[in-house]
Amino acid sequence: MIATIIRKELHMLFISPLAWLLLALVQLVLAWVFLVRLDAFLEIQPQLMQIANPPGVTEIIVTPVFAVAAIVLLMITPLLSMRLIAEERRNRTLTLLISAPVSMTDIVLGKFFGLMVFFSAITGLIIALCVSLRTGGVMDFGLLLSNTIGLLLTVACSSALGLYISSLTAQPAIAAAGTLGVLLGLWLVDLAASATQSWLHYFSLLKHFGHFNQGLIDTLSTAYFILFTVTFLVLTIRRLDGERLHG
Amino acid sequence: MPDETAALTLSAQNLTRRYGEVVAVHQFNLQLRRGEVLGLLGPNGAGKSTTLRMLTGNLAPSSGGVEICGIDLLDKPQEAKAHVGFLPEIPPLYFDMTVDEYLLLAARLHRVPKEALTAALENVKQRCGLEQRSKHLIGTLSKGYQQRVGIAQAIIHNPDVIILDEPTVGLDPNQMREIRQLIRELGTASSVILSTHILPEVENVCDRVQIMHQGGIVFDQPMIDLRQQNTSLEAVFTQLTQ
Repeated sequence: MIATIIRKELHMLFISPLAWLLLALVQLVLAWVFLVRLDAFLEIQPQLMQIANPPGVTEIIVTPVFAVAAIVLLMITPLLSMRLIAEERRNRTLTLLISAPVSMTDIVLGKFFGLMVFFSAITGLIIALCVSLRTGGVMDFGLLLSNTIGLLLTVACSSALGLYISSLTAQPAIAAAGTLGVLLGLWLVDLAASATQSWLHYFSLLKHFGHFNQGLIDTLSTAYFILFTVTFLVLTIRRLDGERLHG
Repeated sequence: MPDETAALTLSAQNLTRRYGEVVAVHQFNLQLRRGEVLGLLGPNGAGKSTTLRMLTGNLAPSSGGVEICGIDLLDKPQEAKAHVGFLPEIPPLYFDMTVDEYLLLAARLHRVPKEALTAALENVKQRCGLEQRSKHLIGTLSKGYQQRVGIAQAIIHNPDVIILDEPTVGLDPNQMREIRQLIRELGTASSVILSTHILPEVENVCDRVQIMHQGGIVFDQPMIDLRQQNTSLEAVFTQLTQ
């Protein structure tokens, strides 16, 4: 049943130009960052040769590309997540799903994983971009792997959050604004936290992503991402169930 | 006429729904047998749509229970919902999908087995007169065709209970006749609940009439009795709901 809903969500996503436009734009931005970093690497390469134990090509090019990718994906999540439930409610199509023999959990997870498949496609393109470096050198695949995991976990958090906010309203635009607001808030926490080194930084998505970005698969950060995602998915299910009960 | 011994397909006991202080539906009871077409009448705001939403599991009742083919809707919602087809007042259509894509989605959601998908799709398109529209986007179809897609979605899995909320709204007289014909056909193999404002439609199609007023049932009789007493449905309706 989840598969049916994932399939439906991807179908709805890819028949609109939005998904294709976003794929193209994200790839354009990241390819540009990639080329700028590649240029910088080639410039400093002679100096790097003189250092003992110099940073490799992966650290100098791939890490910044993923850091930018995390921010870009956080910013486009609201555009993709806004319509998931709000639009169905607005068009009264949620009735089709609820009247069918499908549980709320299936509906919510189907929508979540549908979005995650799309983000995995974007991540796949970023990986392809980075792996192209192999034509001219040696790559640190461990670092690439930790970056990939970190990026997927980060967008899982923002997708779950977007899905929940989308379930609160019947206006996709409000859902988008709300999600963007919260995500920007979580990003700003990062700036505030780095200034004060306070407990606040535990709440910053990008701070946790930073560990993965440096090649560190941190248990605390992983737990934070998973808890964040599960919490918002459960809240979404409860919200939709509550509507049926109290509606 | 429904046979008294025919299997019960839907039974609702003392369904009540409150919205805070307001009681929208009060002590709604219904026993529906296979092969029966029930007309549910009532003025606007009588609680018809709330009742239908409770019968299809879209809304939980404040008290009371619903059984579909002997399965409790509240205990085992998924098993029970598999026996129901529902067309809400506003058809739940995805305007960006083609008719075929949409009906396939509805069939998959209602657990039509993979090997029966094409057959179910062809059958339902033929019954609802949608063969020529397979590849059209739903958003570009006329209101009448959209309504037909809505009905097709509700019957694609051959449900035992079919619940139609104002299915003939916005149709031209010819289409209305076709849809009524279809409802009569559906009524031979399944049970149908038809909610409507059009009294001749009920007189034409239904075996039994219930009239709701202010959340409760004020009238429940087989059509055949009404005909024998030679009373018009309109007179009864006006008398009970004014």
